[in-house]
Amino acid sequence: MSRQRSARSAALGLTVRRIPTTSPRGGGPLRRRLVVGVLVLAALVLISLTFRSDDSGPLSGVQSAGATALRPFAVGLERVAQPFRDVYGWADSLLTARSEAEALRAELQEARQRAIQSEFALQESVYLRELLDYIDSPRFPADFDPVAAEVTGRPSGAFTQAIVIAAGSKNRIRVNDPVVNADGLVGVVVRVASRSARVQLLTDEEAAASAIDNRTGATGIVRHARGTRETLVLDRVRKQDVVRRGNEIVTAGWRAGSLSSLYPKGIPIGKVTSVGQTDTDLFQQVQVDPYVDFGSLDAVLVLVPTGRP
Amino acid sequence: MTLVASLRASATVFVAALLQVVIVSSLVVAGGAPDLLLLVVVALGLLRGSTPGAVLGFAGGLVVDLVTLGTLGVTSLILTLAGFWAGRYGETTGRDRRFAPIIAVGTITVLAGAFGYVLHYLLDVEVAAGHALVTALAPAFLLNLLLALPVHAAVRAIVGEGERDASAPEVEVLV
Repeated sequence: MSRQRSARSAALGLTVRRIPTTSPRGGGPLRRRLVVGVLVLAALVLISLTFRSDDSGPLSGVQSAGATALRPFAVGLERVAQPFRDVYGWADSLLTARSEAEALRAELQEARQRAIQSEFALQESVYLRELLDYIDSPRFPADFDPVAAEVTGRPSGAFTQAIVIAAGSKNRIRVNDPVVNADGLVGVVVRVASRSARVQLLTDEEAAASAIDNRTGATGIVRHARGTRETLVLDRVRKQDVVRRGNEIVTAGWRAGSLSSLYPKGIPIGKVTSVGQTDTDLFQQVQVDPYVDFGSLDAVLVLVPTGRP
Repeated sequence: MTLVASLRASATVFVAALLQVVIVSSLVVAGGAPDLLLLVVVALGLLRGSTPGAVLGFAGGLVVDLVTLGTLGVTSLILTLAGFWAGRYGETTGRDRRFAPIIAVGTITVLAGAFGYVLHYLLDVEVAAGHALVTALAPAFLLNLLLALPVHAAVRAIVGEGERDASAPEVEVLV
């Protein structure tokens, strides 16, 4: 009724006065503004403190304690949800099973041939390394202990591509440890609590990894392709380097003095889906389809350097 | 709010925050995922008012930031404002409107997406505007709209509706 009256009065050009809302649902106006003001201020203080404190700061300890306290709930809920997720995955895989099987058959044939060639190359490589006493960058799996961890959550929204895993500093995990799964490179640890850790996925806007074309040796930097959720690009590939469609991209794993790449050498990243270049661009435009299905990660391996206490 | 209603609302927000982090965030449809926690906070704001909406939004955001080891306060800030705005809408213009949950959810999803983008930009987090504001937000907007009424009904069944002061009109004619 009041709404109709106000609409009519507006049409007729009548003067109206707003009555302060004194609804018991919202409390008084002053109290309401005070509460929201305090909450906004508290949120801003939390943001500032999080940014100003380092990983060993007091707020980090509070966050770690909070995450540890909430971990059982998240893990429990994850276990309850797992059967439903499996059913969803099973139904989804039924739709794509036929085309996937054909592609896998072709891939298997190619892999068999390459495995034989690789075996010869490996024997030769071992022999030559022994002769040269060659010092290499860290390699997986020889120089790392894998720590298996369940994925317990992922932040919502389109702003970050990350997952939370159920293993932390108590499992010897530290910031910048690489994370993989059976398919290939997943990402890197960016924050660690005592029993959980946050992993930045390779598809995050801020993630990057030095990479190499496994067949031609062309090097570049793999990073997220802008505007898409799960496509990667191999950036900074020189025009004179050769990259072909279908080639496999793996981590480059470099070492320069005491510094070395975050990622060990030879972890599969993905397959080249397109290569293009224009006269004006300095580098080639290489699109990479990642092997890892970042949308359905259930468990991952964190690579902890051998010998870490 | 009574103590029982407060406890029920807090438990609802806690469960919604965990569900969002553990399950709902990974239910990506056409590039976007629904935001269950936002839907619950908006429903609580509409049903219980702006102050409870803001407080519960802050608490829900804090749970999300703790569980995901994210930057503390970011989700809280977005959900505090979302809960407050929904509450004010429910107390004034949206009162007694059948489609108030849909209107509130649609508007707040877009505003929260835009505000979240600006906030992350200010915090120097690299986010592609096209992805955050179109590719991911459009499906999330539709999914949130789809879930708005069922979630609102569920929250109403769990928490109930706040008392109303029916005698207070929105405007008074001064002819």
